[in-house]
Amino acid sequence: MIRQCAIYGKGGIGKSTTTQNLVAGLAALNKQVMIVGCDPKADSTRLILHSKAQQTIMQMAADAGTVEDLELDDVLKVGYGGVRCVESGGPEPGVGCAGRGVITAINFLEEEGAYEDSLDFVFYDVLGDVVCGGFAMPIRENKAQEIYIVVSGEMMAMYAANNIAKGICKYATSGGVRLAGLICNSRKTDREAELIEALADRLGTHMIHFVPRDNVVQRAEIRRMTVIEYDPACKQADEYRALADKIINNKKLVIPKPLTMDELEELLMEFGIADDVDESLVGKTAAAEANLCAA
Amino acid sequence: MTMNRQETEQLIQEVLEVYPEATGKQRAKHLMANDPSLEKSNKCIVANKKALPGVMTARGCAYAGAKGVVWGPVKDVLNISHGPVGCGQFSRAGRRNYVTGHSGVNIFNDINFTSDFQEKDVVFGGDKKLAKLIAELDSLFPLAKGVTIQSECPIGLIGDDIEAVAKKSAKEIGKVVVPVRCEGFRGVSQSLGHHVANDSLRDWVLHGRDDDPSFESTPYDVAITGDYNIGGDAWSSRILLEEMGLRVIAQWSGDGSIPEMQTTRHAKLNLLHCYRSMNYISRHMEEKYGMPWMEYNFFGPTKIAESLRKIAAFFDDTIKENAERVIAKYQPIMDAIIAKYRPRLEGKRVMLFVGGLRPRHVIGAYEDLGMEVIGAGYEFAHNDDYDRTFKELQDGALIYDDATSFELESFVERLKPDLIGSGIKEKYVFHKMGIPFRQMHSWDYSGPYHGYDGFAIFARDMDMTINNPCWNKLKAPWQRTGAEALSVAA
Repeated sequence: MIRQCAIYGKGGIGKSTTTQNLVAGLAALNKQVMIVGCDPKADSTRLILHSKAQQTIMQMAADAGTVEDLELDDVLKVGYGGVRCVESGGPEPGVGCAGRGVITAINFLEEEGAYEDSLDFVFYDVLGDVVCGGFAMPIRENKAQEIYIVVSGEMMAMYAANNIAKGICKYATSGGVRLAGLICNSRKTDREAELIEALADRLGTHMIHFVPRDNVVQRAEIRRMTVIEYDPACKQADEYRALADKIINNKKLVIPKPLTMDELEELLMEFGIADDVDESLVGKTAAAEANLCAA
Repeated sequence: MTMNRQETEQLIQEVLEVYPEATGKQRAKHLMANDPSLEKSNKCIVANKKALPGVMTARGCAYAGAKGVVWGPVKDVLNISHGPVGCGQFSRAGRRNYVTGHSGVNIFNDINFTSDFQEKDVVFGGDKKLAKLIAELDSLFPLAKGVTIQSECPIGLIGDDIEAVAKKSAKEIGKVVVPVRCEGFRGVSQSLGHHVANDSLRDWVLHGRDDDPSFESTPYDVAITGDYNIGGDAWSSRILLEEMGLRVIAQWSGDGSIPEMQTTRHAKLNLLHCYRSMNYISRHMEEKYGMPWMEYNFFGPTKIAESLRKIAAFFDDTIKENAERVIAKYQPIMDAIIAKYRPRLEGKRVMLFVGGLRPRHVIGAYEDLGMEVIGAGYEFAHNDDYDRTFKELQDGALIYDDATSFELESFVERLKPDLIGSGIKEKYVFHKMGIPFRQMHSWDYSGPYHGYDGFAIFARDMDMTINNPCWNKLKAPWQRTGAEALSVAA
C-alpha cells in the first residue's frame, strides 16, 4: 500500500526544502519514495538530483509534440537514496495554464504506471496556494490521502495554513483526504512551537515536528544537497530523520476544523502576535493618526 | 384558424404545466400571445436571458455569432479558429455565404484555419504559435487582406494576450489583424458574438482608410449591412438598388471585403437588413461618420415595394421615380408567381422559429402567398426585436422566446401547422411528426430568398415542400382505412 502525501503551505515557507530533506530521511530509513513536483518553477527535486532544475514532463511533452509521445523513463530520474523524481513543470509566470500542466502530468504518471507497488511513499510538493482546480489535483480522489502543512509562527503563514485546512474540508467530504499534521519550519519567532501547537490543537490536528532553524540547511542547498546527504552527522539531519520517523508512524489523520477569522485573530492576540484592534484606528493613515495624537 | 389571445394564453399555461414550478415561472415570461397594438415589449416578454438548466435550447455560442455569422462571410480575410480543432471544423461552410473570387487566391471562406490547440498550448500559452501561424498564413496567401483571430473558450480561460499578438503581427505583415474575444462561454447566446464581432470591426478595421482621400463618392452611394449573402441574398438585393440608380459601395458581410468595409463611411445611407447582428456597427458609423441607417425588408413583393419606396424617399426625385419604375417592372412578374402558387398555398398555417430577424421579416412573404403565420419565435432576439415583431404578427399569434424543444414540439402538436420554418436541429424532429418543414437559416440549400428574384424561389420552395406527395405516404397502405385507403389505391 503506497502512502501518498501532499505538502502544502504559504509560498516561501520552505516546502520544497522540507520535503526533500524529509524524503532523504525516509530513504535513509530504507523507504522507497517518489517525489512529484507540482510547481511550474520545478525546484522540488534539485537537492535529490544535484541538478539545477529537472527536465519537466510538460516541457518534454511540448518538445516531443504531445504527452503521449513520452515514456516514463524520459521523465523519471532517480537520485539520492533511490528516490524517484518527477517534475510536472509548466509555463513561465503570466502565460498559459499551470494548473492544467499539473493535471496532465499526474494523469500521465498514472497511465504510465509510475505508481509502482514497490513504493512506500509518494510526496507531492505543491505550489503555495491552491489557486485553481489544477493545484487541487494531488488531493483528489485516489491521490494523496495525507496532507502536511508547512507553517511557521508568522501571522501570514498561519493564515495560509488555516485556508489550506478549509480547502481540505471540501475534498475530505468527497474523497478520503485528511489533514495529517503541521510541520513547523521555524522562523525563530516568539513562543513559536507553543503557538503552532495551539493552532494545531484548534484545527484538530497535531504539530508533528518542530524543525529548528539551522544554517547548515542553506550550506547544503548551495551544494544542491539535502542536509542528510551533505552532513549526515549534524544535528539538523537528526531533526529531519526524526520527522521522517514520525511520519512513518503517524496515525492521526483528521478532517480539520478550520478557524474563523475572528478565532484566528484571537489566537494571535493570545500569543501577543497581533494587538487588540482599536476600531477607531481602522483605515487611518499614519499622518492622520499623528494628527489625532497631536490634537 | 388563428387562436384569439385568450386561447393562446390558455395553450401556454397548459404546456407550462409539465415544468417544475420554478422553471415554469421563468419560462412563462418568455411566452405570450401577440397584441399588435403594443409598442414596447419589455413589460410583456423577457428576452436575451440565460437558458435554464435541464431544457434543450437551440442556441449557439458567442464564437458561433462572431465567426459563423459576422466574420465568416468576409471573403478576403483568413479567419483563424483559435483553439482546439472542433470549433473550427464544425463552424465551417455551414451558412452558405456565397462569394465571388478564386478560392485560396483572393477568397478564403471555404478554407478552414485553426491553431489546433494541444495540451501543451493550453499549459504554455498559445501566443507564440498564433504569431507563427499568422506569419505562415501571410506567406501562403499573400493576396489576403487580413487575418482574424476567433477565440475559442481556452483562450479566455488561460488569458492569452491575443491583442498583443495582433498588434505585433499586423505591423509585421502590414495587414489588418483582428483579435476577436468571442469565447463561447461569454454571454447567453450567439447574440453576444455578433456584438463582439461588431466591436472588433469598429476597433480594428473600420478606421483603416479614414486618411485616404482617393475614394470618389457619388450622391447615390449606399451600403448594405446585415446581409450575409446566404444562397446569394445580397446579390438579388443589390441589383434592385442598382436598378433604381443607387451605387452599392459595400456589403456587410456577405461577399464583403476589408476595403469595402473601410470605405463604407462614404455611403450616404446605410441599409440594414439584419438589425439584430449589425445594429451595433450601424449605430457606431452614425455617431462617428454621421451616416444615417435605415432598416428595410426584402422578403416578398409587398415588403420589397414598401422598402424600395422608403429608401428612395431618402434621395432625390430621380431615385423616387426609378423606384416606381423598378416596382412597376417586377410587379407583373410577382403577380404571375402569386397567381401560380397562391391557390396551392392559400390559408396554409406557418410556425417560425429562427434566429433574431427572420421570424418577423418573412411574415410578409408568406402573407403575399395567402399564408398565415400563427406562431413565431426567436432563438436569441432582444426586446428591441420583439418591439418590431408585434405589428407584423396577427392578433393572438403565439410568440416564443428561446423556445425549448419540448415547448416547440408541444405547440406544434397542439396547433398542427401546415409548415414549420426553423433550423437543422428542428428539421428531422418535425419531419418525423409528418409536418412539412423548411430550414429558414440556410434556405434548405436553396435561395436566394431576398429580393424579387428571391421571392420566386421562396414561393416555389414553399409549394414543393407543403404540396410534396410524400406527406400522404407516411402511413403504410395496410394501416389505412376506408376512403383513405381507396384514394391511395386509385
